[in-house]
Amino acid sequence: KRVRDTRTKLAPAYHLILEGILILWIIRLLFSKTYKLQERSDLTLKEKEELIEEWQPEPLVPPVPKDHPALNYNIVSGPPTHIITVNGKECINFASFNFLGLLNNEKVKSAAQASLKKYGVGTCGPRGFYGTFDVHLELEERLAKFMRTEEAIIYSYGFATIASAIPAYSKRGDIVFVDEAACFAIQKGLQASRSNIKLFKHNDMADLERLLKEQETEDQKNPRKARVTRRFIVVEGLYMNTGDICPLPELIKLKYKYKVRIFLEESLSFGVLGEHGRGITEHFGINRLSGQGYCFSASLPPLLAAAAIEALNIMEDSPDIFQTLRAKCERIHKALQGISGLKVVGESFSPALHLQLEESCGSRENDVKLLKRVVDYCMNSGIALTQARYLEKEEKCLPPPSIRVVITVEQTEQELDKAASLLKEAAQSVLN
Amino acid sequence: MTDLKYRLAPASEMSRYCFPNNAVSGDASRCVCLIDSSTVEEINHIVHNGGLYKRPFNEAFEETPMLVAVLTYVGYGVLTLFGYLRDFMRQWKIEKCQNATEREEQKDFVPLYQDFENFYNRNLYMRIRDSWNRPICSVPGAKVDMMERVSHDYNWTFTYTGRVIKDIINMGSYNYLGFAQKTGACQEAAAKVLSQYGAGVCSTRQEMGNLDKHEELEKLVARFLGVESAMAYGMGFATNSMNIPALVGKGCLILSDELNHASLVLGARLSGATIRIFKHNNMQSLEKLLKDAIVHGQPRTRRPWKKILILVEGIYSMEGSIVRLPEVIALKKKYKSYLYLDEAHSIGALGPSGRGVVEYFGLNPEDVDVMMGTFTKSFGAAGGYIGGKKELIDYLRTYSHSAAYATSMSPPVVEQIITSVKCIMGEDGTNIGRARVQQLAENTRYFRRRLKEMGFIIYGNEDSPVVPLMLYMPAKIGAFGREMLKRNIGVVVVGFPATPIIESRARFCLSAAHTKEMLDTGGSVLATRTKQFCKYTWEQEEV
Repeated sequence: KRVRDTRTKLAPAYHLILEGILILWIIRLLFSKTYKLQERSDLTLKEKEELIEEWQPEPLVPPVPKDHPALNYNIVSGPPTHIITVNGKECINFASFNFLGLLNNEKVKSAAQASLKKYGVGTCGPRGFYGTFDVHLELEERLAKFMRTEEAIIYSYGFATIASAIPAYSKRGDIVFVDEAACFAIQKGLQASRSNIKLFKHNDMADLERLLKEQETEDQKNPRKARVTRRFIVVEGLYMNTGDICPLPELIKLKYKYKVRIFLEESLSFGVLGEHGRGITEHFGINRLSGQGYCFSASLPPLLAAAAIEALNIMEDSPDIFQTLRAKCERIHKALQGISGLKVVGESFSPALHLQLEESCGSRENDVKLLKRVVDYCMNSGIALTQARYLEKEEKCLPPPSIRVVITVEQTEQELDKAASLLKEAAQSVLN
Repeated sequence: MTDLKYRLAPASEMSRYCFPNNAVSGDASRCVCLIDSSTVEEINHIVHNGGLYKRPFNEAFEETPMLVAVLTYVGYGVLTLFGYLRDFMRQWKIEKCQNATEREEQKDFVPLYQDFENFYNRNLYMRIRDSWNRPICSVPGAKVDMMERVSHDYNWTFTYTGRVIKDIINMGSYNYLGFAQKTGACQEAAAKVLSQYGAGVCSTRQEMGNLDKHEELEKLVARFLGVESAMAYGMGFATNSMNIPALVGKGCLILSDELNHASLVLGARLSGATIRIFKHNNMQSLEKLLKDAIVHGQPRTRRPWKKILILVEGIYSMEGSIVRLPEVIALKKKYKSYLYLDEAHSIGALGPSGRGVVEYFGLNPEDVDVMMGTFTKSFGAAGGYIGGKKELIDYLRTYSHSAAYATSMSPPVVEQIITSVKCIMGEDGTNIGRARVQQLAENTRYFRRRLKEMGFIIYGNEDSPVVPLMLYMPAKIGAFGREMLKRNIGVVVVGFPATPIIESRARFCLSAAHTKEMLDTGGSVLATRTKQFCKYTWEQEEV
């Protein structure tokens, strides 16, 4: 029998031909020029230089018209206290946020003086590197006790506080439900956090609940992701842009129902709302809870911290000022009703009100000009007022132009009445 | 070549280059002599640009020795293992958990901190936490008093014993010209203004917060810097984060140095412009990015960029390096881009009359489009400023976030700045300012020389008052800080994440208020106590 030697067995012909073709194809591919899908024509050096020569950038900043309303600042000579000298004219101050009149308080000033004598002015460093003073620690302790929270931290710049605190907790991928009328600082904080932002209509709890329900259905589709996505609601105690307060009890109910955390921004309501000035939580009777602007920035000058501690002392020692302030707010709120052409925006107990035009004249620019004439009329007659200023192109939901009216405990009843009647007069003469 | 002194750099230092110790006298071709031929290309670069530098530029960043790098990684590895072990023990309740915990009612909420995000914080940072946030209770001058604190639970909580450690030599505060004082002309002027104006302003610049004091300050700052106009803000960090978005937006390009400060990074991010990073102080990298940007335009659409803004700092506070400003300005002019210079640490600290890095290099302030700086470091106050052409400042007055929404600077702080700037300029009738600037320069040179002689690895430029001393290993961070404090010297130690993970360092901030005795004390403590565990360099000085 012939033993079949499989090693020498020849493969069928078509097999050999196929392999030969494959080898030839591979050799061809190896030696052919590679090409990219998106052909980028390589520019020569000369062409590149020409492009560099030709390129003209925009000017660094566009020119600003000389009569732009925000360019010509009011110049205040001397301290911006109850009687203020604006552009050379003495007026009663209805424009500075000095609700409790502590700007000119002698006790506050002397506490600051003592601190100045002990520490000098600046802290020369951030909190981490020898910039933590005992006054800072004391202020934080006092604030925590006053606000009835576990701990508190202070920042050296008001705007930076909320703008740094939000991105410290809310990161990329987290969800934040924020009120439409939130102030610019909150908007910047949200932008820095890179989280998903969902706006709900101002103070509209039904709208917020709708968004929360939508989010809940989303979560059920992807429970693993939902377990690591943090959720926050950002609201203000007393809104800077509208003068009203947030409905905190309803928010708390929604918080526990949908498991969301609340960020409460109280720059206006601290020292204003509540029986002892503890803010909106006290107003409603509710209990209360590491950012970039904290770690990488110099700490608050000690004299300002000492002034703040003294201010807290005053607030704790004389809680009747809050009642006084509230009474004055109610008084002027009532007095300003019924001005033809202007409407009052804000709660009756809010010390920062807005006066908006009842009917707009068509363009924002013209509205601003009209309101400026009202403000100038009042300034010439001895009441210092200002328009609320916004960065028109940067705001998410730009509020309409308005005159800001600020009430402080230092204003007497005659002055309040004078201001109200003057505004009536101004509205009459300018708007009609 | 024989009449020039030069430094022989080891092969490990190829990535940086040095200038000869004797300044070029115009004939740039006669300088440098380096060992390795691959650096000839870099040398040509200096030689051609040699005419830009009117003074020697000595900067060195010695490479990490290999053994040290390996040991550092091993150290971190050990710490990580222990970290996992401790976490395990905490989870199984063998060890008490000291973390911030959720309230009972909120136990089923999504946790604020994921476990792993905080791993570094819990297991590494906590162990040496006592090196930071040290509370002081006196003026942060050349000597400072510190509140003593102890921890009975390994740094989770601190209690204050009530005692005060007095007269610690302060090498951690940014007090370059020694204006952090509780007596003197500045303090008296600030006290007067405080009693007249009060402590606050209660309004924004655009509304009712623009005091005559602010206008006075801005005119003075503009004069000091040599620019047309200036604007001041209440916080240095916010000056960057609020004004960069006002200057650039979508469709613009930002070229930012690798090691820029968090405020510049945040401002760039908030602006919405495209950001590209160039290697630290590396002009070739910057030029390449500029060329590519103009030639290729915006990604995908190929439209030309609206504008290009270069972000650099005067002195980089973690490296101690000074920006190569003459080259940056030459590049900026060639490629028609704009320059934003953050002089937070260099204003007051560099230059024969303290006017910053522009004066240090003998350049024209008008070449820098946006000169930004802070008042915290050399002026003993708080806040920041931006200086430039009148159109720029008018634009910022209208469109800056800070002008529209943030409270203006407090009047006593403004007065402190006015008085200190006048002092530095010599307009108060004395030459205290000038003397301080010179004293700082002398202190810098002396201290750096001494530390180098002792054999420590020091980073940065020879003229920079910020002196980083390399520690590398994680355990040494804590040990160094504590040892120095025991001997009454307060220093700043930095580790990850402010620096790369194996390059932890201690940072000395020199001040005009430091006397030679204080510097000698510091030096001798370093020489005796810490030399054993921090001496790393094997670079030889050949003269």
